[in-house]
Formats: sequence, C-alpha cells, structure tokens
Amino acid sequence: MQSALSLSFSQASLPLANRTLCSSNAAPSTPRNLRFCGLRREAFCFSPSKQLTSCRFHIQSRRIEVSAAASSSAGNGAPSKSFDYDLIIIGAGVGGHGAALHAVEKGLKTAIIEGDVVGGTCVNRGCVPSKALLAVSGRMRELQNEHHMKAFGLQVSAAGYDRQGVADHASNLATKIRNNLTNSMKALGVDILTGFGAVLGPQKVKYGDNIITGKDIIIATGSVPFVPKGIEVDGKTVITSDHALKLESVPDWIAIVGSGYIGLEFSDVYTALGSEVTFIEALDQLMPGFDPEISKLAQRVLINTRKIDYHTGVFASKITPAKDGKPVLIELIDAKTKEPKDTLEVDAALIATGRAPFTNGLGLENINVTTQRGFIPVDERMRVIDGNGKLVPHLYCIGDANGKLMLAHAASAQGISVVEQVTGRDHVLNHLSIPAACFTHPEISMVGLTEPQAREKAEKEGFKVSIAKTSFKANTKALAENEGEGLAKMIYRPDNGEILGVHIFGLHAADLIHEASNAIALGTRIQDIKLAVHAHPTLSEVVDELFKAAKVDSPASVTAQSVKVTV
Amino acid sequence: MSRLLQTPFLPSVSLPTKTRSSVTGFRVKPRIIPIQAKIREIFMPALSSTMTEGKIVSWVKSEGDKLNKGESVVVVESDKADMDVETFYDGYLAAIMVEEGGVAPVGSAIALLAETEDEIADAKAKASGGGGDSKAPPPASPPTATVVAPVAVEKKIAAPPVAIKAVAASAVHPASEGGKRIVASPYAKKLAKELNVELAGLVGSGPMGRIVAKDVEAVAAGGGVQAAVAVKEVVAVPGVELGSVVPFTTMQGAVSRNMVESLAVPTFRVGYTISTDALDALYKKIKSKGVTMTALLAKATALALAKHPVVNSSCRDGNSFVYNSSINVAVAVAIDGGLITPVLQNADKVDIYSLSRKWKELVDKARAKQLQPQEYNTGTFTLSNLGMFGVDRFDAILPPGTGAIMAVGASQPSVVATKDGRIGMKNQMQVNVTADHRVIYGADLAQFLQTLASIIEDPKDLTF
Repeated sequence: MQSALSLSFSQASLPLANRTLCSSNAAPSTPRNLRFCGLRREAFCFSPSKQLTSCRFHIQSRRIEVSAAASSSAGNGAPSKSFDYDLIIIGAGVGGHGAALHAVEKGLKTAIIEGDVVGGTCVNRGCVPSKALLAVSGRMRELQNEHHMKAFGLQVSAAGYDRQGVADHASNLATKIRNNLTNSMKALGVDILTGFGAVLGPQKVKYGDNIITGKDIIIATGSVPFVPKGIEVDGKTVITSDHALKLESVPDWIAIVGSGYIGLEFSDVYTALGSEVTFIEALDQLMPGFDPEISKLAQRVLINTRKIDYHTGVFASKITPAKDGKPVLIELIDAKTKEPKDTLEVDAALIATGRAPFTNGLGLENINVTTQRGFIPVDERMRVIDGNGKLVPHLYCIGDANGKLMLAHAASAQGISVVEQVTGRDHVLNHLSIPAACFTHPEISMVGLTEPQAREKAEKEGFKVSIAKTSFKANTKALAENEGEGLAKMIYRPDNGEILGVHIFGLHAADLIHEASNAIALGTRIQDIKLAVHAHPTLSEVVDELFKAAKVDSPASVTAQSVKVTV
Repeated sequence: MSRLLQTPFLPSVSLPTKTRSSVTGFRVKPRIIPIQAKIREIFMPALSSTMTEGKIVSWVKSEGDKLNKGESVVVVESDKADMDVETFYDGYLAAIMVEEGGVAPVGSAIALLAETEDEIADAKAKASGGGGDSKAPPPASPPTATVVAPVAVEKKIAAPPVAIKAVAASAVHPASEGGKRIVASPYAKKLAKELNVELAGLVGSGPMGRIVAKDVEAVAAGGGVQAAVAVKEVVAVPGVELGSVVPFTTMQGAVSRNMVESLAVPTFRVGYTISTDALDALYKKIKSKGVTMTALLAKATALALAKHPVVNSSCRDGNSFVYNSSINVAVAVAIDGGLITPVLQNADKVDIYSLSRKWKELVDKARAKQLQPQEYNTGTFTLSNLGMFGVDRFDAILPPGTGAIMAVGASQPSVVATKDGRIGMKNQMQVNVTADHRVIYGADLAQFLQTLASIIEDPKDLTF
C-alpha cells in the first residue's frame, strides 16, 4: 500500500516543475481527507508516453509530504477563463481519486467534492478493511490447520484470537490509508470541497450552499450495499458489509445472502474465526459469474471442506433481526416458483447481494438524465446520456454509479480515461483488460472472458477457441509452501495467439493475474509473451507455463520486445 | 464410519451376480441378472485406483427420463475429480437411490434402470422397498419389493431405511414429518452426513435447541457401538441373537481374569470431597495450550503420591511389599469393546504440557490398538474418571499388582457452608480411593487425600 502511494505522488507531482503557480485560489474550504486505493499503477497502461518521462522524478519526489506546504499552492493548474475549475469531480472515492491525480498531472485545475469521508467505499468500507480481516483469517486458517503445520514439521499450540484486536487492525488500516490520501491530495493541491455535490445545470455544480462552475464534470458517487426488499437491516444481527467490516461480533452461525466476491470473502473470514456459514444464493449455482471450472474447484476447496452449507435457487424473501431472545429468521422462497421453501433460524445474516448505485439527489433532473435502476447511462467513453438518448456535453460518469464494471480499479481506470479525453486525447477503455480478484484463501482472479462467454463469441464471430491449463501442483514454489491446490486456465485464439481470458485459483492468484491483464491491455500475443523469462522458482511460473502450454499457429513477432527497452 | 454405514447398499454384492470387477473403469456397467432381469442397477463406479466411495455431484437425468447407451447419467465426484458416468444400456432411469450430495461406496447401487416404461413403477417399488438389496426376483412379478431373496429379509428390516433417511435429511434440510423443522448448524449437518447420524430425532444443545456439531459427535460416539453392530449384522451375523452365548474376546478374557484375581486382595475404601474452583480456573487458563483435565489430575495425584510413597507401593506375595521407584499413573480409558489403562510414566517429574502431549499420544495409540505393553502395564497407581459422564461418585476395583486406585467423580457446583458462617457456592468433586489394606492403612489414605486436596485446591505447583 505504502509504496504504491508514494508512486502515485511522484507521478502526479510531475507537473510541479513546469506549471504556472496560482496561489490565489488556495483551498476555499478545509481539505479534510483523502482517498486512495493502490490503483494508480493502472494508469501506466493507458498513457505510456507520460510514464517514461515521469520516471526521472521518481526518487526525488518520493518524500513529497515533506514539502507539502510549498506544493499545495503550486500543483493545481490554472482554470480556464470563464470557469472556476477545469474539472470538478463529485465523489472522492477510488474513481474520483484516480481521475483527480491524473487531471493534476495533465495540468487541469481540479476540485473534488465529498459529502462523506474521503476514500469512499474502497478505503473505508470495502477493499481496504476487508483485506485486513482476510490477512487475519489467512493466518488463523494456517495456524489451525494441524495437518498443514505438521507437513512443515511445525508445532503450534491452539491458535486463538482477540476479536477487538482483529477489528482494530481493520479500522486502523482504513484510517491510515485515508490519512495518507488526505495528505497526498493536499500536497497535490487538489481542492477538496466538503458537502454533497449536485448538478445544477450544464457545467454547474452545487455543494452545500456554494455553486461552482467547471469546464468538465465527472460524477463518481459510487454505490451503497444493496438490500433487497423484505430484509430488515438492524446493523447488529442483520448486517451489510459496512457493518461486518467493523467485526463487532463473530456469530456462531451466520447466513450470507449472495455468494459473489463479497459473500465469499466474508465466508473466508467468518469460518476462520470459528463461525459456521450458510450461503443463500438465488441462482442455481454458487459463485455465479466465475468461470464454471474455477467455481467448481473453488467450491470444492472453499466451501465443501469448511463449515459451510448452502441453499441455491432460493431468495431470502424476508429476514427479521434477532430480538426478544429470538434468533434471526430467514424465510426462503423458490427463486422461480416463488413458493415458500424453508425457514432458517440463525444468529446473524450478512446481506451481500451486490451494490446499488448511489445517485439520488444528484440533480440529474436538471439536465434531463434518467437513471436506469439507479445507474447513470453512459457511452463507452463514460459520457452521460440523457433521457432523449443524446450525450450531455462535458458531463461524465465513472465507477459504480454507471454500473459498467463495479470494481474500484475499474472506476479509477475510467476516470483516467475521461481525463485523457478532456485533455485532447481520445481514449476508450478496454474493460476486458481489467482484472478482478477475490481474496479468499487461496485467492481467485480473472481477466477477460469466461470459457462459455468466449465460446459464444467464437461461434458468433467464427474463430476457434483453445484452452490451456496448468496446475499449482506442478509449481515448485507452491509445493514449497504446501499449497499445491490450484488451477490456472487460459482461453485463447489458436490462430493469432490472442488471449481472451485468464482465470486463476490458487496461492496469490490475485497477484499473478496482472501478467495476463497487461498482455490483454497491450495486445501482447501469446507467441511473444511465452518467450519472456520468469524467475525460478516463483509462482509466476504458473502463468508462464500457461503461455508455454498454448498452441498458437502464428510465429512470434520479432520486434515486440525491443520498443520499451530504452527506459 | 460412513463407509461402513453405507454398506446397506452393498449386500447386493453378496447375492448371485456376475463379475463384480466389471465395475471398474470410467463407465458404469450395470450387471446383468442371470434370469434376464429388465431392471438393472447403476453402480458407483471406481473412477480411480484409490477411490473407495464417490459423491453424487448431480444427476444429469431425472427419474423417468429415457436413456440411450453412452449417454451421461450422473456426475460423480471422486477423491480426484468430477466425472460424467455413462450408461451401457438403453432404458429409463427408473429410480434414483442416492440423491445429489449423497455419498456411496464404490460398487453400490445408486440408481435403477428399467428397460421399458412399464417397469419404472416396479423399479421404484424396488428402490423404496429394499435399497440395493432386492435384485433377485424374476422381472415378471410386479410387486418386486415384497418378494425378496430370503437371505436378505432380515438384513433389510433395520439398516437400509436408516441410511437412506440420513442422506435425505442432511442433503435437503427439509421439514420433517410433523411439520417440525430440523434446525442444525451447517457443520452439524456436514458431520451428520459423514457420521451417518439421523438428525430428525436429535435434541440440540445449541442456542434455541439448535443441533450443533457436538450433539452429532455425541450421538456418533454413543451410537458407534450400535452402528458397528448393525453393520456386522448386515455383513455377516443375521440379527442380534438375544439369549445366545458369546465367547469372550481376548481383551474381555484378560479383564475377567484380573477381576477375579482382585478378589484375593483385601481392599477398603476412603472418600474425600475436594473443591475444584481453583483447578477449574487453572484448566481454563491453560486449556488452550493443549492441557487436558486428565493430565492435570494425573499430575496432582502424582505430586501427592510423591509425599506418600506407601500409597504408591505394591504387595504381590503377601509377605513383602515394594516401594515403587517411579510414580507411574495409569488412567483407565474406555475403548471400543473394552477398557485399557495407558500409563503416564514419572508423572510427578514430567511437566504438565509434556504430560498432556504424552496423554494425547497414548490415547491415540490406544484407539488404534497400538499401545506397547510397557505403555499399559507399568502403572503403580490407577485413576478412573467417570466425571465427564456426570457420575458424582463410584468405587473402583483394585487392579492386581498395584496398591491403590482412585475413582474420580464429576465436579459439580455445590452449596457449602464457609468458615465465616456464610453459605457459598463451590465446585466440588468426590474422589474415592480403593486400596490394598495389607500395606496401606486408613490413616495413609487419609493423609494422602488431604495432601491431594490441598494440591488441587491450590494448584499452582501443577504448572511449575
């Protein structure tokens, strides 16, 4: 985290060197806090030319906090004549943050409006604190696994944990990251405006009682946990991820409604801490959305061997919190026939049925934009589409609020893409190159298409699809860790070597996926990347093997490697 | 255990059939019944050389579906992978005998295949009536379920329905007959399936009467003997022969000889009530380090014995006695079909953590019947604890060759009058020592018990 942070500073601080100063519009409101999510590196892929030059400043600007006072009056660019700002971002979550940093780098005078805490869902109620809990659960799991320890020749007496200590770790991490972000944004001179932002009209935004104008506006208001109707959330026994991350209790038996990323990660945490878990999934299969082969293996490892059972093909039609000595009551109905199926009595229920866009009160009616199930409609360049199907000029929407791909780093990438566009370089983000990860133990990661998706596309477009697979069982490093359980799978075109999708289940899968996602983003073909060298013994050889196992008809292109060697 | 209990599916193997070995390989080969049966069984195939049982991941076809030779019928999960299983015959999938999620041993019937649609009903009756048992009847007679090979009759009565019901209950978690739901935690359900415990009749000890893992484990442990008997019944012995004569096993013979021998020793008994609050507190504190109550008691006893060597002595010939050089505490353990006394040697010298580890190792060995003679016959003093069953007092028979044995009851909260004239609550347990009066006298035991009580009531020395 930390290192990623300093990286992003160094990059964004680049403009300081050659930008006109403009101290007159120093922070109108007290900049309070900041956000961040380690996503900034994504930016490298999208503006490679910039990267090369920024490298020179890397080291000297790493400690940019020290000179914060000087740079805060300097970093933000001068506004265009008739506007208060070049770019106004509503929402200081991951998407807004990525956009703001890139905008400052591009010389735009930028303001970011936040009505709650800087950092948004990711830093405060999402990726960041959940990783803290998962770090604990991973260790607990390891220490409790006598068989595993014995295989190492280790002896550990019964491992225990202190719930408050675990909870503190998560909240401390969130605070630390948030503070770091606050300081970094101050250092860059982004104006952080406090209040709920709303669009008043074209290029005009209101926050609190203030009205400001901006040449371009980005809506990045994110999302909140989605709670289906019939479910009463009391924050104690019926909870969403917002509450669960505070870890105020570890129930004996918790039902998790939804078996997507959020549900899976929490099942990992709760079972490691001693809870028993019941999944409630509306679709016929657990872990929908993952590649079927991966979800099958994942189920075998992450569900079947743990204290977890599940009900699939059912809706939780009614959930009543525990009170008056009664447990949490969950009524299940058949997802198709809607007939009552079962009733569960559990100690707690976690609602992990996905997230709903947070777009209420944004003043969208002022510009004739109608949301679709709450999402703001956008085109492939994130330009907002109004009720008549026309583009709203100078208005963009990124991240969860547009619902294209509800991932923190996707929001950031979209934000960067928008900044590229408003600074004169057309850019369309390839969403198929955005990786996703689920931080269970072991982890699951993926990029691109699943096998069924790829086969469907192949049928439509008339090309052939091949599959390459490798196992962690054959990887030295994984075996050294006694973690041979895992699979990597690549879906590709044998005719031209294009990677269509990569799915990994196994130790550190989330870190391994980037070789594939970068290859997809940069259009690298298998016949080229398979010649690249991997250190031995490392887990990355799992992916290396994957490339080498692929059978591609086209020969390697000789020049592919030489271009970037100069740095 | 689950494998054993699944054997109700197996009896068909012992019935007149063709080659059993034909089940190996990736395909199911329904066996042909010699009299040209039209209802065939689909078996759990052996998908790998190490596979002993398989789990039904999903039925690709449902009951009543027409099957063509070579079509996938069911997906089976082995210890290695999931595989589609195909049929070798055309016909109709008449009855599914092991539901999705259920586990069946290799070679047992998991479904019935009818040749024609008319026979589906027959097959269904057959499946519901006798599990995998009935396969001998001539295909022409419709009420197959009732016509069963005579050998099979007795077996069927008890076992098969139990197993089938258990699978159903754990797989679907349905409302039971009375409309009363079974509330069991996920792990309890998993265990129930593994240990083949029927959840329906269980009384849960969890919150709101929920069935939790330990309830299932308790039933499995208690019912273990029963289950084993039931299995034996099915496999070999037809029925429990009440009133029959059963010869002693080796262990039973040894116990019998020892017990009779003990009558030659003049014994007497002295009891004592000891407060255990401090011991309980200590136990709670160090339990997480793997210390067991048995080890604590053995340690306390050994420390007391060290101060009263006469209680640790033994008289063998009636003319002399030996002050034993080491204090070896034997602890009685009930194991399948008997009783054994693993010995904690030098219990006074070994620290409590090592002692606890040693104890765990001994118990594991005892369960696996791998104890070496010196690990069970070198005791100089014996502990017998029935406290975990709630027994508050009992007395023990002195094992020959030792001087004394102590029977330990449960520690229970009791109302007591304290020295300052108030009424208080204390956890108390009763111990009762049986000793050889030829060498150990009343005063010896009294002093020993006093020492033991002071150690247990102030247990700081136990963890030195």
